[in-house]
Amino acid sequence: MPGVRSRVRVRPGRGGLGLGVATLYMSVIVLIPLAAVAAKAFGQGLGALWSSITSSVALTALGVTLASSLLVAAIGAVMGTLVAWVLVRDRFPGKRFVNALIDLPFALPTIVAGLTLIALYGPQSPVGIHLAYARAGVLLALLFVTLPFVVRAVQPVLIELDPEAEEAASSLGASSFTTFRRIVLPALRPAIISGTALAFARAIGEYGAVVLLAGKVQIASLVIYNDIESGTPEGAASLSIMLLAVSLLVLVLLRRIGGRGAT
Amino acid sequence: MNRGLRLGRALPNLKRAGALSCSLLVGGAVLAACGGSSDTSGSGGSSSSTSGGGTQLSLVAYSTPKKAYDALTAAYEQTSQGKGISFSQSFGPSGAQSRAVASGQPADVVAFSTEPDISRLVKAGMVASGWDANSYQGVPSDSVVVFVVRKGNPKHITGWDDLIKPGVDVVTPNPSTSGSARWNILAGYGAQLKEGKTPAQALAYLRTLLTKNVSVQPSSASSALQTFTGGKGDVLLDYESDAIAAKKAGDAIDYILPKQTLLIQTPIAVTSNGSHKSQAAAFVQWLYTPAAQTIWAKEGYRPVVQSVASQFSSQFPTPPELFTISSLGGWSKIDKTFFDKSNGTITKIEQAAGVPTVSS
Repeated sequence: MPGVRSRVRVRPGRGGLGLGVATLYMSVIVLIPLAAVAAKAFGQGLGALWSSITSSVALTALGVTLASSLLVAAIGAVMGTLVAWVLVRDRFPGKRFVNALIDLPFALPTIVAGLTLIALYGPQSPVGIHLAYARAGVLLALLFVTLPFVVRAVQPVLIELDPEAEEAASSLGASSFTTFRRIVLPALRPAIISGTALAFARAIGEYGAVVLLAGKVQIASLVIYNDIESGTPEGAASLSIMLLAVSLLVLVLLRRIGGRGAT
Repeated sequence: MNRGLRLGRALPNLKRAGALSCSLLVGGAVLAACGGSSDTSGSGGSSSSTSGGGTQLSLVAYSTPKKAYDALTAAYEQTSQGKGISFSQSFGPSGAQSRAVASGQPADVVAFSTEPDISRLVKAGMVASGWDANSYQGVPSDSVVVFVVRKGNPKHITGWDDLIKPGVDVVTPNPSTSGSARWNILAGYGAQLKEGKTPAQALAYLRTLLTKNVSVQPSSASSALQTFTGGKGDVLLDYESDAIAAKKAGDAIDYILPKQTLLIQTPIAVTSNGSHKSQAAAFVQWLYTPAAQTIWAKEGYRPVVQSVASQFSSQFPTPPELFTISSLGGWSKIDKTFFDKSNGTITKIEQAAGVPTVSS
């Protein structure tokens, strides 16, 4: 009909060009490289793959990396929530500056983070703390790079949180701790879980921040890189597949715990 | 716009399938275009000299000789056969560099730390098998394994037995990637044999050293030196040439020439699949001339040509109990027994010590 502009209605689920572009992007960037790694790992035969995965080096690396990443994620969950709480609910001079600082681990190249930590906690530490070349140093490096994840996941939820429920609780006589535990924390839970999952994923794959500090600590990404450098790409592919499978499992579990709210 | 939408609404599945297959076709084309790039990089840095025009030779070398090759290439470009030649250089751990060239990294001249790193390329058909047929067995300069210590040698390190004393922290690279690491380990082994120990006792020495006294094993000699100068460790096992260069550069270190040590013979070869074979061969031959040998000596490398070596004998004292790789059995035997990826004795010791070797 003349004079009537037909509206283009966006109907969800129609696909078309959007689906095609998204599929292409996901394939090129993620799926095809993953398939290549899997092909390399399985291409050596299941027997060789199994012996590679169950070798002591691979198992130790997996164990150490998993334990460190879980610990870092757990610490990050608690401390990240605390930092987010302070940034949203408290007022103090320099708050904007501190808020911007949270993004520093994103902006800094990871190798620079490693260099900084070596300078600060290495053998020539100006503060007399020597944590490099040991587990503690690796944990510090991982805590540094995973800091923003939980904070930035929790902050927006905290900002949006309706103070009415908290006010009602305190007017009914609940202590601030009970209010936090029964009202705020459940509301924050999906965001905390989501941020923790990201922090875990980042910690398990970190290379640049730990390569200078690790010494003899067996971190999976370093073992994989060493495999490639010393001419054993199949070993690298095997360990990579194991790492991928285990991290996928942990992430799925975390999402389950996160419940409906986690995206 | 209306017509298109109407068509889309009328044949939704077709439109979706068409868009999907179009995207996948484009994706396939993009991947095929990207598939040609096989430029694997060594883990070292690269540098190019600034001569314009003419031929560019690519030199792939182990991690420490950058200053020496900068001086040598600069001098070569002043000679008559070197006019118009420029060099692009890549430095990194010898094992990793060798594997990179075997995987396709372009190289005209390869200068590695150990002979097996060149043999790998001979096996891959990239270096002719007569590469070591000259009177110097393909080695243009020598060095020895030394102990690099803090200035003033506060821990009084004099010999190999001091390295396994409790409380002595030793830095040495990882033998799965670094050539220097292998020279260091074999020097320790041979030193024990020279002291009259049996091979089993010598291996036990290495086990103690690598498990108890070595706390970090970086991937290359140059990163080991950086780790040491960054404050880690009491002793660094390294090339004499690297120690001399570091001292010249002002690092607060000294180096000790132990009584028993291994002669480091670093080979060089021309690749047979490079595009400038004759120019590369001319450069390699020039490295044995007295002019080049003098530059090697000035950079801290032991010259192989006797006439030049005798001029610098005071700078390069011969250790009283110097031994060579052939006295230990030769590289092919040693590479297999000690450093084989799954069964090598050193590989097993390193794994037990918790150092990343290989995970398969």
